[in-house]
Parts: sequence; structure tokens; C-alpha cells
Amino acid sequence: MKILVCITSVPDTTSKISFTNNNTQLDPNGVTFIIGPYDDYALARAVELKETGKATHITALNVGLADTEPVIRKALAIGADDAIRVNAAPVDSWFVATQIAEVAKSGNYDLVMMGRESIDYNSGVVHSFVAEMLGWQVVTPVMKLDIEGTTLSISREIEGGKEFLQANLPLVVGCQEPIAEWKIPSMRGIMSARTKQLQVVEPTSTDLKVKTLNFELPPAKSGCKYVDADQVEQLVSLLKSEAKVI
Amino acid sequence: MSILVFIEAAEGSIKKSSIEAACYAKAVATQINSQVTALVAGEASEAEIQALGKYGVEKAYLLEGDPFKNFAIAPVSAALTQAAKSCSAKVIIGAKSNLSDAVLPRTTAALKASMTTNVVSLPSTNGGFEVKRSIFTGKAFATVKLESDIKVLSVKKNAIELSESPVSIQVEKLAVTLSDADTSVKVTGQEKATSAISLPEADIVVSGGRGLKGPENWSLVTDLAKTLHAATGCSKPVSDLDWRPHHEHVGQTGIKVSPNLYIAIGISGAIQHIAGINASKVIVAINKDPDAPIFKVADYGIVGDAFEVVPKLTQALSKI
Ligand SMILES: Cc1cc2nc3c(=O)[nH]c(=O)nc-3n(C[C@H](O)[C@H](O)[C@H](O)COP(=O)(O)OP(=O)(O)OC[C@H]3O[C@@H](n4cnc5c(N)ncnc54)[C@H](O)[C@@H]3O)c2cc1C
Ligand SMILES: Nc1ncnc2c1ncn2[C@@H]1O[C@H](COP(=O)(O)O)[C@@H](O)[C@H]1O
Repeated sequence: MKILVCITSVPDTTSKISFTNNNTQLDPNGVTFIIGPYDDYALARAVELKETGKATHITALNVGLADTEPVIRKALAIGADDAIRVNAAPVDSWFVATQIAEVAKSGNYDLVMMGRESIDYNSGVVHSFVAEMLGWQVVTPVMKLDIEGTTLSISREIEGGKEFLQANLPLVVGCQEPIAEWKIPSMRGIMSARTKQLQVVEPTSTDLKVKTLNFELPPAKSGCKYVDADQVEQLVSLLKSEAKVI
Repeated sequence: MSILVFIEAAEGSIKKSSIEAACYAKAVATQINSQVTALVAGEASEAEIQALGKYGVEKAYLLEGDPFKNFAIAPVSAALTQAAKSCSAKVIIGAKSNLSDAVLPRTTAALKASMTTNVVSLPSTNGGFEVKRSIFTGKAFATVKLESDIKVLSVKKNAIELSESPVSIQVEKLAVTLSDADTSVKVTGQEKATSAISLPEADIVVSGGRGLKGPENWSLVTDLAKTLHAATGCSKPVSDLDWRPHHEHVGQTGIKVSPNLYIAIGISGAIQHIAGINASKVIVAINKDPDAPIFKVADYGIVGDAFEVVPKLTQALSKI
């Protein structure tokens, strides 16, 4: 069983976000890029499936320009066997999904594992687009995934709980915790990642559906009003008459 | 030509966020001179369906049959696609939820439409179709332009105020043809906290962090929540430690909430937690450390020991 894990290269969760070029571009100054946390869960589970003999091969895939290669190398260090970078800026979800579907088809993958959503644009749509393009089924957000033969048992988060599903390969999944624990690359992993194959392919063309015009930051908070720990009644009346939320 | 709204219902009632989506749909319909059709997924009582008319929904499609019962993703997506075709939908709107997250993009792809999520305000429709959405988990906003003929929007909670614009509603059963593939993923069971107030839907959320020391102390949180008719949430370590279930985990890697009031108790306010709460209207922090970063984003704060402050607060609130 071959797994394709789709990873994003996104600002570290602690990054301060700011924009340049007249608010049309993310300012990468001082930002560290990481594997998207949800994608990292997908990758970790894929590695476990290989370790337990359920999967034979893991390919990490990113649609991005050359600056994402450090993040792709990290995926190789964590345990992907090889990697593909589709050489294009991920301009919109439809474009990205088209590239992923193309790779999934031509590489005969059985399971496409993604994150529940990317943490930069938080769209949460690429997995469903890919499934529809391939004519496969998709399950998201997945909290648990096991495979016996070609049958998968999955638990999916629903509001206030979870549901249990049975599905067949081929399948696309969007992953979240607690599907697996994030893996930290070992020294050996980092060494071997240097020699694993990272293939760069050119994108397939497609029309763009969503155009980002500009960015803005939320207005700053006006500051915290403190209430004495012995005067909780004062908080109650502020919430009632000033904030009007209770 | 129509505006189609995706309505979710369970145990007879329509979700409040779906009513918000209906109001959003009505506002868009007014802007572009169209009318609102709804697809109702799940069980809604006759009265609840009729009540959609109050918010400007002129027609509701209902679904019948087993494949739709468990909100299975593919059948519901197929139904939404069918509904969109039947009413010649120009814009499809849903409230963000675990179900709509899975259903709307499938329909989008089937219709070759363009879609955007986490929408926080009404579109501008002069010339193009532009909307503002929340990105970087609430740390920023983007204005995007949807280029296809059909547009699909997933709307964040509190993006619009509820408002009434009553019309009489016509109800129709929607016939949907499902392929074998659509029913190939089987729902085999469900585990759900029954009486609890839904976290993403709640107007008030009370959350506890590692400062509460252990699951045995959670009555502090649940008692306060009960008094306020609030949902309960927690920080990531709390759910990682299994003090609370995962569906209560709030933050960057958990549920993103945008209630009117968020109360954080014994939560330090790590940036990843803030990412999930910064769209809240009002944030209250209770923490014994005056330097805890949570106070930087809080509107109201109490520096003190949660074990003393919270029971007093619960008591004071129960008197109003
Ligand atoms: C990639 C990534 C993603 C993450 N995603 C999330 C996420 O989605 N959500 C999330 O929450 N975290 C997330 N985290 C973890 C985050 O960095 C913090 O570790 C976490 O939020 C801390 O949880 P906490 O505030 O409960 O605990 P702590 O940081 O341990 O804070 C406990 C607080 O309780 C206070 N306290 C202690 N005793 C008392 C008392 N008696 N009365 C009052 N106050 C008291 C302390 O002063 C302290 O401020 C993520 C981390 C990473 C790396
Ligand atoms: N540029 C990209 N390259 C590879 N995978 C991606 C890319 N963008 C999104 N994905 C995958 O699709 C998932 C959902 O992304 P999104 O729809 O953008 O929130 C992510 O968690 C990734 O697994």
C-alpha cells in the first residue's frame, strides 16, 4: 500500500504575522517555517503504518517553490521514503488540489493523507477537492485510522464527540490529533534524508478560482480591565452592563 | 437563480449557526436581487422548518432515506450538489462545522465552483464578488475575490447578526440519485456527549487549563458553565492528558471558537491557545500569575487563585 502525504510549509505557530508590499504578501522576515501541524499528524501516522507493515512506501508531496525544501527534507527525516515538489506557488486551493490529484493518479497511490487544514490560510478544502477530482471518497477530520487489508476503520470528529466509519482504499483523509504523536526526526533520519530522492516536477495548468487581493491585521485590543479577586460581583456587573454579554 | 443555504438539524432542531447562515444568505439575496432556498440535512421538526421562513427562506428541500441519516459525507454532498442544480444556485452558503467542512468543498468541486471558508462579513458584489475571511488562525484577515460563476462560502460564527425578514416557505422533498461510491463509506457507530452544549455553537464558553491541576477539579469549570448556560472547553495539554475529551480542545490545533464571552481559567495564554479564541467578542481571564500572557488579550481579568475566585464567581452569577 502506497501512501502520499501532502505537507504544507507554514509559519511556526508562535510567529508574529505581518505583511509587506502594500499588504499583498506575507513578510517572511523572522518567520520560521514548519510542516503544518495537522500535516505533521498525517505524516506521523503514515510512518507508524509503515513501521507496522501496513504501508510499503511513503511519498511526501508539497506544492511550492524551492524555499519549501527544508520542510520537505524534514518530512524525509521523519520517515517519508521519497518526496515530490510541484514547482509552483500554491496560489489557490483548486490549483493545489489539481497538482495533488495529478501526482496521486500517476503514482498509483492508495491512500492520500493530508492535514485537516493548513494553518496559514485555514481553508480545509484541498482534501475534498482532490477526492472529487479523483472520484475517491474523503473522510475528515480523522482522529484514528487503522487498516486491515484494504478496509480502513476510522474515527472522525463530529460536534461533541466522534463517529466510527468503515471505508475502503483508495481514500483521501484529513488528519488531526490524536491520530498519532508528532515525531521528532532522529539523527539517523536527518542523515538519511540528505540522500533520499526529492523530485521536482512542473505543475499542470488549471484556471484559478479564488484570487487573494490583500491582507490586513485585526485591530489591537484596547487593554485588560482588572477586577480585584475579592470583588467578583464587580466583574459580574461589568459583563452585564458594560460588555452586555450575559 | 437562487441563493442556496445548507441547514444542519439534529433531534428536531435547526442549529443556531445554520440560522445565521440563512440570515447571511438572505442578505446576499437582497444584494443581488435573488431569493433563498435551503437544503435541510438531518432531522428538523415541521415547526422548525416553517420557522426558516421567518429569516427569508422561500423554499426548503428535505432529504429522505437512510443514507442521509448519519450525515454521511458523500450522500449529503451529492444532495447539496443536486439541490444547487435544482434551484440554479449562484451562491451556496453554510455555517462552518465539521459536517459543512467536509460537504461544501465536495459540492464545490463537483460544480467546479469557487469556494472560500472562515468568512467574517458580507460580500461586496459591486462588479466582482469579494469577501473578507479570517486567516492564520485569526491572526489576520484576507480579502479574496471568487472568480467562478458559482460561489461557495463557509461562514464563521458571529459573522452576521440574526435578523428577520418573514416570507412564506414552500417545502419540497429532494430526490437524489446516489452512486454505489456515495454509500461506500459506512458509519458504524457514534459516541456523543448528549446533554452538553455544543462548543463551536455556544454563545458563552468556559475553558480550563493546566492551572486546575487535575480532572478531579473540573467541577469548578462545569459549575460555572452550567450557571451561564455555557459550553466547556480546555487547553491542549488538558486534553492530551485525558483530563477532558479531545472535542473540548480549543486553539490552533483544536476548535476555533468565536463566542460572545470566553472565560479562561488557569490557562497561560500560549499563542496557540489564543489563536483559537481571538475571534471572541469578550475574553475574561482568571489566572494567579499577573504576568500570564492571557491578560494581554483579555478584556477583563482577575489575578487570583482559581480555586477561590471561581466558586465565588459562580455564586455571584447564580444570583442574577
Ligand atoms: C504546534 C503546536 C500547537 C499547539 N496547539 C495548541 C492548541 O490548539 N491549544 C492549546 O491550548 N495549546 C496548544 N499548544 C500548546 C501551547 O503551546 C501551551 O503549551 C498550552 O496552551 C498551555 O496550556 P495551559 O495554559 O493549560 O497550561 P500552562 O501553560 O501550564 O498554564 C497554566 C496556567 O495556570 C495558571 N495557574 C496555575 N495554578 C493556578 C491557580 N490555582 N489559579 C489560577 N491560575 C493558575 C498558571 O499561572 C499558568 O498561567 C500547541 C503547541 C504547539 C507546539
Ligand atoms: N501547497 C500544498 N502542498 C501540499 N499539500 C497541501 C498544500 N496545501 C494544502 N495541502 C494539503 O491539504 C490540506 C488542507 O489544506 P487547506 O485546504 O489549504 O486548508 C493540508 O493540511 C495539506 O495536507
